[in-house]
Amino acid sequence: MTDPHVQSPLVEERAPDPQGVREAENADQPPRSQWWDVWDQFKHHSGAFWGMVVFFTIIFLVVVGPLLYWNDATFVPTGRAFLELRDMRPIYTVLWEVEPKVSWAHPLGTDNLGRDTLARLLSGGQVSIAVGLAAMVVSIVIGTLVGVLAGYIRWLDGPLMRLTDLFLALPLLPLLLVAVLLFRDPLSSALGPEGGTFILIVTLVGITSWMQTARIVRGDVLALKEREFVLAARSIGTSNTRMITRHILPNVLSPIMVSATLGIATAIITESALSFLGFGFPPDFPTWGKLLFDSVDRMVQYPERVIWPGLLISLTVLSVNYIGDGLRDALDPRIRGR
Amino acid sequence: MLQYTTRRLILSVPTLLFISLVIFLLLELAPGDPMAQVPLTVPDEVKQRMREALGLGEPMPVRFGKWLWQFFVVEPLYLFDLTFGTSFAEGQQRVISWQTRSPVMDIVAQRMPQTLWVVGTAYIVAILIALPIGIYSAYRQYSWFDQAGTFVTMVGFSVPPFFSGVLVIVIFSVQLGWFPSIYDTTHKVTDWESFVVQLQQMIMPVMVLALQITSQLSRFMRASMLDNLNQDYVRTARAKGLGEKTVVLVHVLRNSMIPVVTVIALGIPSIFGGAIITEQVFKVNGIGQLLITAIQANDLPMVQTLTFVFAILIVLFNLIADILYGILDPRIRYD
Amino acid sequence: MKLKSALLGAATAVAFAPMAFAERGSDGEVKIIYWQAPSILNPYLSGGTKDIESASLVVEPLARYDETGTLVPWLVDSIPTVENGGVSEDLTTITWNITPGLVWSDGTAFTSADVLFTHEYCTHPEGGCAQLTKFEGVASVEAPDDLTVVVTFEGPTPNPYGPFVGGESPILQAAQFADCLGARAPECTDANFNPIGTGPFTVTEFKPNDVITMAANDNYRDPAKPAFATVTFKGGGDATAAGRSVMETGEFDYAWNLQLAPDVIAGMEAAGKGTPVAGFGPLVERIMINQTNPDPALGPDERAVVKPHPIFQDVRVVQAMSLAIDRPLLVEVGYGQAGRVTCNWVPAPAIYSSEALSCDTQDMDAAKALLAEAGWADSDGDGVLDKDGVKFSILYQTSTNAVRQDFQALIKQWWEELGIEVELRNLDASVFFGGDPGSPDTFQKFYADVQMYANTFNGTDPQAYLGNMLCSKIPSPASQWQGENISRWCSDEYEVLYEELTQTADINERSRIARELNDMAVTGGAMIPLVHRGRISAHANSLGGVKLNVWDSEIWNAADWFRIDE
Repeated sequence: MTDPHVQSPLVEERAPDPQGVREAENADQPPRSQWWDVWDQFKHHSGAFWGMVVFFTIIFLVVVGPLLYWNDATFVPTGRAFLELRDMRPIYTVLWEVEPKVSWAHPLGTDNLGRDTLARLLSGGQVSIAVGLAAMVVSIVIGTLVGVLAGYIRWLDGPLMRLTDLFLALPLLPLLLVAVLLFRDPLSSALGPEGGTFILIVTLVGITSWMQTARIVRGDVLALKEREFVLAARSIGTSNTRMITRHILPNVLSPIMVSATLGIATAIITESALSFLGFGFPPDFPTWGKLLFDSVDRMVQYPERVIWPGLLISLTVLSVNYIGDGLRDALDPRIRGR
Repeated sequence: MLQYTTRRLILSVPTLLFISLVIFLLLELAPGDPMAQVPLTVPDEVKQRMREALGLGEPMPVRFGKWLWQFFVVEPLYLFDLTFGTSFAEGQQRVISWQTRSPVMDIVAQRMPQTLWVVGTAYIVAILIALPIGIYSAYRQYSWFDQAGTFVTMVGFSVPPFFSGVLVIVIFSVQLGWFPSIYDTTHKVTDWESFVVQLQQMIMPVMVLALQITSQLSRFMRASMLDNLNQDYVRTARAKGLGEKTVVLVHVLRNSMIPVVTVIALGIPSIFGGAIITEQVFKVNGIGQLLITAIQANDLPMVQTLTFVFAILIVLFNLIADILYGILDPRIRYD
Repeated sequence: MKLKSALLGAATAVAFAPMAFAERGSDGEVKIIYWQAPSILNPYLSGGTKDIESASLVVEPLARYDETGTLVPWLVDSIPTVENGGVSEDLTTITWNITPGLVWSDGTAFTSADVLFTHEYCTHPEGGCAQLTKFEGVASVEAPDDLTVVVTFEGPTPNPYGPFVGGESPILQAAQFADCLGARAPECTDANFNPIGTGPFTVTEFKPNDVITMAANDNYRDPAKPAFATVTFKGGGDATAAGRSVMETGEFDYAWNLQLAPDVIAGMEAAGKGTPVAGFGPLVERIMINQTNPDPALGPDERAVVKPHPIFQDVRVVQAMSLAIDRPLLVEVGYGQAGRVTCNWVPAPAIYSSEALSCDTQDMDAAKALLAEAGWADSDGDGVLDKDGVKFSILYQTSTNAVRQDFQALIKQWWEELGIEVELRNLDASVFFGGDPGSPDTFQKFYADVQMYANTFNGTDPQAYLGNMLCSKIPSPASQWQGENISRWCSDEYEVLYEELTQTADINERSRIARELNDMAVTGGAMIPLVHRGRISAHANSLGGVKLNVWDSEIWNAADWFRIDE
């Protein structure tokens, strides 16, 4: 996929601690930011490039789409129009079906209440992507923080890992119900019903899914801590903060990236599960996870209703995965330049 | 190492006690009522009498104390009696489920086989598939195999089991009629034929579950291998003339296993915890289904006991993972 | 088997006749699926429908309702009435005569002592019996001899068919449950899981919340029944999967309570392996109108306790909201053949169902006119009606269920066309219908302006159900939020008329009063009835003899089921 400019890892004779060295080298030259190198590498990573293209297309569509598109996601036709407008098929079904119920006014058809499928997909995407990304960030930040601290600082290891055990053991459903009970009303009075719901969902998904990342990161940190370059760094008097940010973190990036991409998918699906518990967005408010769940019963008659949301979730996750791959490669000085 | 293990084991007792208290408080606080599934035609006074008969009238600390006694003393005694034919637990109240009014542990024992069969098989299958895929994908990064693997695993992971489960049922049960859509928990394997029947009814739930686990594991395996393939020691190993196979499968693999071991160890308790959605879709009715129905019915003794057993397994397997770290990378020291 | 096929060959002309010739156990296995799994087989310890119905294959009452709602003798010779002298003239005693020669499945004789014991079992103060209402008002139960049971009530009881009637109140064997009274009830796991009964089947193995396997009862009173030798009673999953396993894959013979959208059921039926059947009891999906103020700004002792509601105090508002609803459309979208338009709180049985109200056409203009007449207008031009500074903005809540969410979306649209601002909320059923006084989301607390759910009553007499609208049944903090008057509607006129109902024995008079009470509550703005809901179940095309019963256990006549050979 990537065109190999310099296909020799042997040329790379850098310490696993490139930034420190680089800074020393460039001490008296106008610094060329390391992020510039990262970006150079990143944009030549074709997987990452296409991942970016797809990801930003999806974001553009769900943000701008509802403004341009002529149908409203929550509009239900009434009266006589209802029967005519419900259960429309997507326009492309004319290719193989004899006289399907289609209309250019509803390119992807309508659901059993006559709501436009495309409009629902577009406005559902806003929530799903926002929740997916935000919850993923929350869970990765907590997970990494706990993992690094536990792995690096010995006296924190016991308490933090027992805390992780506790969270792993807690039954999710009652935990969510309790959180709703305690925080729904205060949050919605403080931030408005929509803002409150969003914060609540993101926090809940985030704080119930950081444990795996924490354990993985801790395991890696435990091993890294005993490596020679850490010893070397310590011997020249590197402070703990610097040690973690400059030497430890870049080396545990791969598992974090994987957790992050998997985390988005989990968050999008978990969001739909939360709405069944009676909070989250109002029931007529579509999200990808909910659209998928609601359509499973009719997936034989109306396959498009499961295919589109499923496809969008998968595409989002895939594109983020490729971006993550590219980012990881770009940040790894040993691979950089390949 | 031995000292470390013993200390951890001893320390896990207060940890577990604390966890059980937190679970208990959480369940206390959670809204919901064991009478929620009783039809509305039953008047509230009657429901109140039923609640009192369940012991819900007693204060919270009393109920927690009772549960602790029953779980840590009566249940082990009962097990002891069962094994040695003694009668120490005679007349003692065991942990009783509110839904079925029967001892919780009996139901758990009844559910365990199908969960172990289905979820356990899926787990083993997933590990067997995921590790080679992850290793080879990393070794040949950006080859067509790697690309295809990435695509399949990511799509596999982003498709939730409530969808993929129904999809395979529609394809293999409704359209093709190959496999049953409903798992028969009363089926007993006695001969070759009944074994084939068992395989047929297991194949779909195992497939759906294994897809999820494979996706996750193979991603971690691949990422970790990639990290290690470019390390100096790999170059050294190659330079001193070791075979490619030895380099990759012995040196790199061993060093890449730490995150993978973590994921696998974290997953083993969930084998016993069952798979809630997949079990529901295929009516496997194992531990996962037991937990979710107990939560929906607010059967607190059942939920408390199940999650606590789950907590014990988590603490245990995290300890095992920690010990494995030390074996995989002897530089990791515990003191 | 040979005998049977020979007989079948002879009887091909009359397709449904073979059951008369069949011998016990000749049709092999019947497989039933309930998507809610039974957790116990003792109906007295669980009020759940799934438990009562699964137990009905094993334990039986003295009399039960058939599929038309008529009382039929089951373990007795005849139904006692005033005419045949079984019920005393002053309506205080009822005498049951047990059919001679009945035996339990263990071979021992079924006697009046068992009936007596059943009463004692349920009314034990520490037992927490779920069917206590069945024995409400019972002064004593006596057994003059082995085959006679006399139930004496505390006062005149116009409907004396409570105790020992219907699937909720079957007879337990005294010998088996003797040590299980009161607080010891839960200790009798074996008895609760494997009750000895008089029914067509006996339990072979009970896996709680999973599967029950049963075998034909060797001592069943009709030597030719049941036609099936074994029953597999599977539980768990969801309604879609249950319907699919009967109508699409043909793995099961009978699926219970398929709460699915009509197009989904039609899609399954098209596969051609099974048939849905519907039956109508008194179940009504309705929108309850909160008569108290649910404003979150009020303190916990006042929220949803103090009257009046800022918007609904004017009945015309509720009438307008009702007029804006297109009920035939709701039926078509949500229930299909399992639903009917209704304007009544008591839609069945026919003698109690009022015909005074009509609501089957949507009339937006009339609704708008009514609102204008009531003084609601959009004075600030924001698209939402207001009056005296109060905005017509309401919270509409219900439990999580696909059909209910569809209804919410439709009704929201209609109300918004009137200029009403509607916020939707759906809550997990185990929280919504749970009575946890600590939760703000229970239907009893009603921290919303309107809420939608379904309710019904057991048997055919609506008296207790009509009593739900009494002032004394209003839930409040003082009553720990317990009480059946969910909309908190109450009126003196209603109380007086209800009192009259409890004193009246004449069936026609009772019917008149019940209808009047129904009309009073509906026109008084306590609720907006939407759909008279039926129960829809499905059976395999090869399963014969199914008669869906909504007045009693749905599978009440499993003894008569048989296999249709194809």
